[in-house]
Amino acid sequence: MTGQERSTFLGRTEGLYRRRKAFDRVMTGAMALAVVLAVIPLALILFYLLRNGIPGLSWDFFTQDPNRPGKPGGGVRNAIVGSGIIVGMALVIGVPVAIACGVFLSEYGQNRMGAFVRFLIEVMAGIPSITVGLFIYGLVVANQGHFSAFAGSLALAILLVPIVARITEEMLLLVPRSLREASYALGAPRWRTVLRIVMPTALPGIITGVMLGLSRIAGEAAPLLFTALGNQFYTTDITQPMDSLPRRIYVYATGPYDYWHEQAWAMSLVLVGIILVISLAVRALFGSRVTVRQ
Amino acid sequence: MTHLNLSPVRPSDEPLPDMLRETGGASAEFAHAAPRPMPEGTPIALSAHNVGAWYGSKKAISGISMEIAKNAVTALIGPSGCGKSTYIRCFNRMHEFAPHARVEGTILLEGADVYAPGVDPARVRQRVGMVFQKPNPFPTMSVVENVAAGLRFMGVRNRAEISDRVEEALKLAALWDEVKSDLKKPGIALSGGQQQRLCIARTIAVEPEVVLMDEPCSALDPVATLKIEDLMRGLAERYTIIIVTHNMQQAARVSDYTAFLLMAGDGAGHLVEYRSTADIFTNPHDKRTEDYITGRFG
Ligand SMILES: Nc1ncnc2c1ncn2[C@@H]1O[C@H](COP(=O)(O)OP(=O)(O)OP(=O)(O)O)[C@@H](O)[C@H]1O
Ligand SMILES: [Mg+2]
Repeated sequence: MTGQERSTFLGRTEGLYRRRKAFDRVMTGAMALAVVLAVIPLALILFYLLRNGIPGLSWDFFTQDPNRPGKPGGGVRNAIVGSGIIVGMALVIGVPVAIACGVFLSEYGQNRMGAFVRFLIEVMAGIPSITVGLFIYGLVVANQGHFSAFAGSLALAILLVPIVARITEEMLLLVPRSLREASYALGAPRWRTVLRIVMPTALPGIITGVMLGLSRIAGEAAPLLFTALGNQFYTTDITQPMDSLPRRIYVYATGPYDYWHEQAWAMSLVLVGIILVISLAVRALFGSRVTVRQ
Repeated sequence: MTHLNLSPVRPSDEPLPDMLRETGGASAEFAHAAPRPMPEGTPIALSAHNVGAWYGSKKAISGISMEIAKNAVTALIGPSGCGKSTYIRCFNRMHEFAPHARVEGTILLEGADVYAPGVDPARVRQRVGMVFQKPNPFPTMSVVENVAAGLRFMGVRNRAEISDRVEEALKLAALWDEVKSDLKKPGIALSGGQQQRLCIARTIAVEPEVVLMDEPCSALDPVATLKIEDLMRGLAERYTIIIVTHNMQQAARVSDYTAFLLMAGDGAGHLVEYRSTADIFTNPHDKRTEDYITGRFG
């Protein structure tokens, strides 16, 4: 198209059109820049993790427990299994509570009681994780007289609840009113509508929330310091102190030995890898389901 | 059904000319709307007496009395906002989901008061089904599960019975041939018209006595609309159908009786005229009805 044709076509709006076009280009450029800035740290983290983490990976790394300090070799089996147990138990405790809270807030929470619970959850979300650890220390560890994996799970569950509850509420509120009406019109009582129609429709969103909560708590070291403590040895006994990846990363990364630093990098890589694999697996399992249609 | 050649209807969301707006003295203006246009002895499915409905302090409809003939199609017409949806939602107690909603008057379903104390609204809704303006199949469910949903809500567990009734409902809704080869696909994977027939199948699967349809074709193309209109005539053999529509031709084509509602000066919808469809379209008694159905307004 030649300039002359365009000017006849657009007529007097030509100037306006040019200005809009230019503005559009500037804004698109600015957004592309923002995306690049956001992606750079992510790419760098992944790059350093892979570069420094891969050398530390070995068969022993996954199957051996730590050697005594200063003796190179050994692995972190106890920390990997420990993290799995502590985080898994936190999910088992926290997810049902959180989803129940979310359901209550979205379906029955349009009143003062709901406003109060919403406020509590907001406060909970704002508590620093180390404070949660201290709280559980005072409540459980000090009373029982010893550290335990269970106490660690409780602390992580407390961190998990507000995250998952809020996302659950939002996802349930996204379910179109027309679907609830369709269910009521079929003679379904309210609780059945929530259970059979609203929750399944919001399930992909709720699962995303649980995944987000999982990634958040799996990397927490602070709330485990005075709850699950840590353990040089392999254990699956939840009444005993238990090791976890974040805590062992902390100890190794700040320790004096080079092979510790290498193992700390490797553990970080494994932590990120496990979370990634779980997220992808869950998405593959549930992601194919039909999502909420607006 | 009489064939009528009606001029196109005015788009319903345009404001009404002043002369169609009632000013004051509403009850006197609407005193001639007889609640019973059918011959003596016609079986009655639903009987509404002096029904009014509120949203908080806003009165949406006022003093509407209508008897609904059994196994017939009754159409509700009227300009946008005159309370047609509100009115039919009183019949299956869906009105009460609106915040601060209130209903007055009496509604009898086969002689039993729908609003009597102790009546379970869920039970009312099983007997008075509803099809909505926009097709709303359950997105997580397949075609079959959608149709079976109401049965499961009712507590039917027998698989053979469920699959029989699903098949029957899909056949009645004229959808069976189009979906029988792929009953497991998601309900929302169907076309809009098919989805609406799926919703009709879902509604009739629980075998209600009355089926309310609130502008069931307004989201559909003319072919899909005709399919649903055909379907309605057939359904009327087994069910009592009440349809809200903005389409005069549709009301004329599918219904046996037609009621015309209009918002009065008090802001609430009133019944202007309720007669057999052939009568009301060929010989409306009320000037306002005539103006509305011919789209001439004056
Ligand atoms: N949820 C609500 N809250 C408050 N007022 C409402 C609500 N729903 C409807 N109304 C009011 O009630 C009146 C009747 O509404 P209704 O939806 O019954 O009209 P209608 O005849 O179905 O209109 P349309 O043809 O546009 O569907 C309108 O004035 C509307 O503003
Ligand atoms: Mg309406």
